[in-house]
Amino acid sequence: MSEAPNPDTVGGLTRRDAVKAFGATLGAAAFARALAPLSEWKDGMDFDSFVQKHYKELGPNDMDVVLRRLEKSTKEEYGADVEIRDIKPLDGVQYGYALNLSTCIGCRKCAEACHIENNHDRATGGSYIRVLEMKQGSIDLEHGDSTYEHPVPQPNRYYMPVQCQQCDNPPCVHVCPVQATWKEKDGIVVIDYNWCIGCRYCEAACPYHARRFNWAKPEIPAEEVNPVQAYLSNRIRPQGVVEKCHFCLHRTREGKQPACLEACPTGARVFGNLLDPNSDIRKVLATKRVFVLKEELGTRPRFFYFFDK
Amino acid sequence: MPRTQHSLTYPQFLLHALRSATDGSKFFYAWMTFLTALVLVGANAWAHQVNNGMALTGMSDQVSWGLYISNFTFLVGLAAGAVMMVIPAYLFDDHEMHDVVILGELLAVAALVMCIMFVVADLGRPDRVWHMIPGIGRFNWPISMLTWDVLVLNGYLIINAHVAGYLLYTRFIGKKPNPKWYLPFVFLSIAWAVSIHTVTAFLYSGLGGRPFWNTAILAPRFLASAFVSGPAFVIVSLQIIRRMTGLKFGDGPMMTLLKIMRVTVVLNLFMLAAEVFTQFYTGGAHVTSAQYLYFGLHGKHALVPWIWTAIFLNVTAAIMLMTPKAKTNMAWLNTACVMTFIGVWIEKGMGLIIPGFIPSTLHELVEYVPTLLEWKVMVGIWAAGILIYTLLLKAATPILTDKARAHQADED
Repeated sequence: MSEAPNPDTVGGLTRRDAVKAFGATLGAAAFARALAPLSEWKDGMDFDSFVQKHYKELGPNDMDVVLRRLEKSTKEEYGADVEIRDIKPLDGVQYGYALNLSTCIGCRKCAEACHIENNHDRATGGSYIRVLEMKQGSIDLEHGDSTYEHPVPQPNRYYMPVQCQQCDNPPCVHVCPVQATWKEKDGIVVIDYNWCIGCRYCEAACPYHARRFNWAKPEIPAEEVNPVQAYLSNRIRPQGVVEKCHFCLHRTREGKQPACLEACPTGARVFGNLLDPNSDIRKVLATKRVFVLKEELGTRPRFFYFFDK
Repeated sequence: MPRTQHSLTYPQFLLHALRSATDGSKFFYAWMTFLTALVLVGANAWAHQVNNGMALTGMSDQVSWGLYISNFTFLVGLAAGAVMMVIPAYLFDDHEMHDVVILGELLAVAALVMCIMFVVADLGRPDRVWHMIPGIGRFNWPISMLTWDVLVLNGYLIINAHVAGYLLYTRFIGKKPNPKWYLPFVFLSIAWAVSIHTVTAFLYSGLGGRPFWNTAILAPRFLASAFVSGPAFVIVSLQIIRRMTGLKFGDGPMMTLLKIMRVTVVLNLFMLAAEVFTQFYTGGAHVTSAQYLYFGLHGKHALVPWIWTAIFLNVTAAIMLMTPKAKTNMAWLNTACVMTFIGVWIEKGMGLIIPGFIPSTLHELVEYVPTLLEWKVMVGIWAAGILIYTLLLKAATPILTDKARAHQADED
C-alpha cells in the first residue's frame, strides 16, 4: 500500500485520533456527571440486596441473614425497631373471604385498618382496599365511585369494598416475567418485594385493580410503624416494586383474623379456612347466594360477595 | 489462493468501522454533539427518576404504563417495519432494493436498542434486570408474554446484527458472501419480524381484564401500522443518506416502499375502523375506553386532541400517498411520510396504550399527562437511537461504496 507518511502521525496515531480520544473522554465524563443522581440511590447501591436470591431459593440460614439485614435497614431508615419473620403457610388450610354487601355501610374503616396494619405510605394514604359506592339496582362496576367524600350510608346506595381476590387462576402471576409473584399453598398470592423488577405488567393484568406500585419510597414516622412484620406481607416495601393484599398472612397464618375484618363495625366480613366444615366462611358459602366479581373472566376468585336480604 | 486470515482481517474491519464511524465533516461533529447533548439530558432525567422514584412521572396506579411503553410499542413496529425492505430485496429479487437493504437491517438494530432502553426506563428497579436472565434469574417462560418478548426482540436484534455485519465484513475483505451464512438468517428474519410485533400485541391482547386491548385484531393492526411507519421512516432517511453519504442509488427503493405503503396505510385505517365499529355498535363495557379516547367521558377528555390529530394525519397521508404526485414530487411524498409516521406514533401510544387504562378496571376515571421528566427521557432515548443509527451508517457506507477495503495478505 502506498500511503503518504502523515506528518501529524505520532506512534501510529494521528492528531485526529487524539482529538477524537479527547472528545470521547469529555463525553464519558459528561455522561458520568449526568448519571450522578444514581450515586445517591441507596437501594440500588447495597451489594447484599443486589445479589439476593429469589425467595424460593433462600435456605433457612440465608433467610435469617436477609431478615436481620432488613430489620437493620428499617432501623436505619425509619428509626423503628421491628421484627420481620418468614411465616410459612399451614397444612390443611385454604383461605377464603366473604363480604356481606347488605351490612357494609361504606365507612372505610377496613381501608384505614389496612393502611395502619400494612405500613403504607402516610402521605398518599395507601390501602389495599378500595370501597366503591354503588347505585341500587346494578352490580355493574361502571356505576361505582371510589372517591366519595360524604357521610355514609347514603340512601339508594350500597357499598362494595374491593381488594385482592386471591384468584385461583391469577392473571397477575401468569404475566410476571421473573416469577416475583406466586400463589402459596394456602391460596394467598404473594410478592417477593426483593425480587420484583417493577415492570408493572401485573398491575395491567389484574382485573380488580388490586395491585399497587411504590412510586416513591414509603414514608412512615417511627412511632407509627407496625413492628410485627413478615417478609411476604407487611414489611415496609422498597421503592419501585409492586405490592398487594396478602390476607394479612402474618396474622392469619397464626390463627388471627385479618386487620380489615377486625376493624369492620358491622360484621360484614367473614374470613376463614375453606377446608374446615365448621368455619364461618363455609357456612356463608353453604347458606348464602354468593357471587364473585367478573366471574366471566375465569379468574376464580377466593373473595365472595353476598346480599343478606 | 491464500486463505483469508480472519484473525487479522476482522480486527481490521472493526477498527476501520470505528474510525469511519467517528470521522466526518464539521456538520457531522455538530450533529453528534447535538445528539449527545440530548442523550445527556435524558440520562440525567432518568437518573433522577431512579433515585427519587417514578412518582416523578405522570403515571399512577390507574394508568400504570405511559409514554415509555407507548414508545416501546411504536419502536417494535419500526424495527419490524424494516422487513419491508428485506422482502422485496430477497423474495422478489428487487436488485435496487438489494443494494440498500442493509440500511434497513441497521435501522432494525437501532430501533431495537431503543426498545430495550424504553423498557429499562420503565422499570421501577433497573438494578434487578438480571432477574430476567435465564440461568441466574428466574425467567417465567413460556407463561409470561413478556418473556417471549424479551426472547424475540433480542433474537431479532442478533439476527439483524449478524446479517448486516456478515455482509459488510465479506465486502470489506473483498470476498463473495457465502449464502449459507446469511440467506437462512435473512428468511428467518422475515418470519421473526412478524413475530416481534405479534408478541408485543399479545402482551396487551391477552389481558382479559382490559376490554379495550382484549381483541384478536390487535396483532394484525400492530403489523399493519408497523408496515406504515417502517417504510415511511425509510423513504425519508434513504434520501438523507443519499445526500449525506457517497452511497449512490436511484428512486427505485423509495417507489417500492411507496407501493407497499399505499396498501398498508389503508389496511391500517380499515382495521381501526373495524375496531371502532365493534366497540361503538356493541356498546357496554367494550366502548367506555373508546368513548373516553374519541369523545371524552364524564367531562374528562385529555386524549381527544391526540387521537383526532392522529386520525387527521393518517387519513390525509393516505390520500396524499394515493395521488400520482406521490411518485413524482419527493417533497409531497416526504410530507405524507412524516405525517403518517407521527400519526402512527400517536395511535400506538396515546391512542392505544393509555386508553387501555382509562377507565381503570374498577372504572375510576384517572387521566394521564406525561411530565417534563418523561419527555426528557423519551427525547434522550430517541437521540441515542438516532446517534447509534448515524454511527452504524457512517461505518457501513465506506464499505458499501468500496472505499474501505482490507489490506489483504495476498495483496502484499
